[in-house]
Amino acid sequence: MEIVTASPDETEALAARLAERLSPGDVVTISGELGAGKTTFVRGAARALGVTGPVSSPTFTIGHRYEAPTPVAHLDLYRIVELDPEEWGDLEPYFDGTVAFVEWPEHGGDWLPEARAVVTLEHVDESHRSVRIDSDLGL
Amino acid sequence: MILGIETSCDETAAAVVTWDGEIASNVVASQAELHRRFGGVVPEVASRRHLELITPVVEEAIDGHEIEAVAVTTRPGLIGALLVGVSAAKALAWARRLPLVPVNHLHGHVASLYLKPLDLQPPFTCLLASGGHTMLLDVRGRDGYDVLGTTLDDAAGEAFDKGARLLGLGYPGGRELDLLAREGDPEAYAFPVARVPGLDFSFSGLKTALLYAVRKLSEHELAARRADLAASYQRAIVRALVERIEATGADRVAVVGGVAANSELRASLPDAALAPLPLCTDNAAMIASAARYTDPVPYPEYLSLDARPTA
Repeated sequence: MEIVTASPDETEALAARLAERLSPGDVVTISGELGAGKTTFVRGAARALGVTGPVSSPTFTIGHRYEAPTPVAHLDLYRIVELDPEEWGDLEPYFDGTVAFVEWPEHGGDWLPEARAVVTLEHVDESHRSVRIDSDLGL
Repeated sequence: MILGIETSCDETAAAVVTWDGEIASNVVASQAELHRRFGGVVPEVASRRHLELITPVVEEAIDGHEIEAVAVTTRPGLIGALLVGVSAAKALAWARRLPLVPVNHLHGHVASLYLKPLDLQPPFTCLLASGGHTMLLDVRGRDGYDVLGTTLDDAAGEAFDKGARLLGLGYPGGRELDLLAREGDPEAYAFPVARVPGLDFSFSGLKTALLYAVRKLSEHELAARRADLAASYQRAIVRALVERIEATGADRVAVVGGVAANSELRASLPDAALAPLPLCTDNAAMIASAARYTDPVPYPEYLSLDARPTA
């Protein structure tokens, strides 16, 4: 599916619809330029999965893990230029029992588990974003 | 004396601090040093890098000092990275039969202010602003703090780094942006300062505003306006930070974390207490300092101590 959202709230609401169809072990990749709304999308999904605190960007810290009714991991591989087996060992705990959202999945090479859903965000104009979700989840 | 160990993110660090807050040693292995010691290309982030550096860094820090307790960052951070420090600290404490003190990295940043000669006494309101965190803290005692506000999206240091990337200054480029901003007009662009309720911060909209300002310019125009964009963008971030501090009504203010190095922020808060720059970025002296106000875990209980990704 592909939808144009008119605000961060709409992007979050769309992410929540996807989240309802996810369960622990699922991996969702999120691609898009700087400012396209990747963290906003993950925030909407995390809220729907029961995360209550702030969902902030993991660019610097690489990974966040949120304990919630459905645990959520949020990873950003931007600073990892190309994932190697040892670095994968660092990230593996984040995929254990969580719904995991991964920004910059192209930096993960062949090491990332197969994605249940592939989300692509694009700028339309300052407030509008095109959100494409490729999955077999009936969205 | 307390040995502190810090491996929560990029830096592998160890330090020795006395019980009254004198720094006896403070060793931080930087990327540049790593290249010198090991040569070649190293990955940006890997527990392997910490593993290679932890022993030489700890040895250099101890340097004959008599260690009576071992302090280590146990949270928050990248699990694998934290585990290297926690495992090293456990092994050292166990071998020497010393108590182990688990330290929260964020408490460590605040405790950088308790080291001599600054030796700051609470109460004060503390802005903690780095690449990974942006928080406003109410500090009443040296053993902790209450969180007044936090970023809802990007950290302030991250906003600087991503702004630098949008301006073609590379990533991370917060420092380069600061330097370039000195040549520009901070009023040239009116970037929005996000207004969110309470004392929280939001920098994501600002980043998007810069992106669209850059997109409107040709390559030639961008080259001509780059310094103005940098100055206006920096002004917006600093204004957001300062406005939030002012909104607390605090008369005693301190700033910790890497963003404390920003020249405009320092100039905007002339009365704020600031730790020396090497103590603003990640280091282990601040971890040993925090340990002075944290309960130690006795042997053998600490052998089951775990690293935690969350604060």
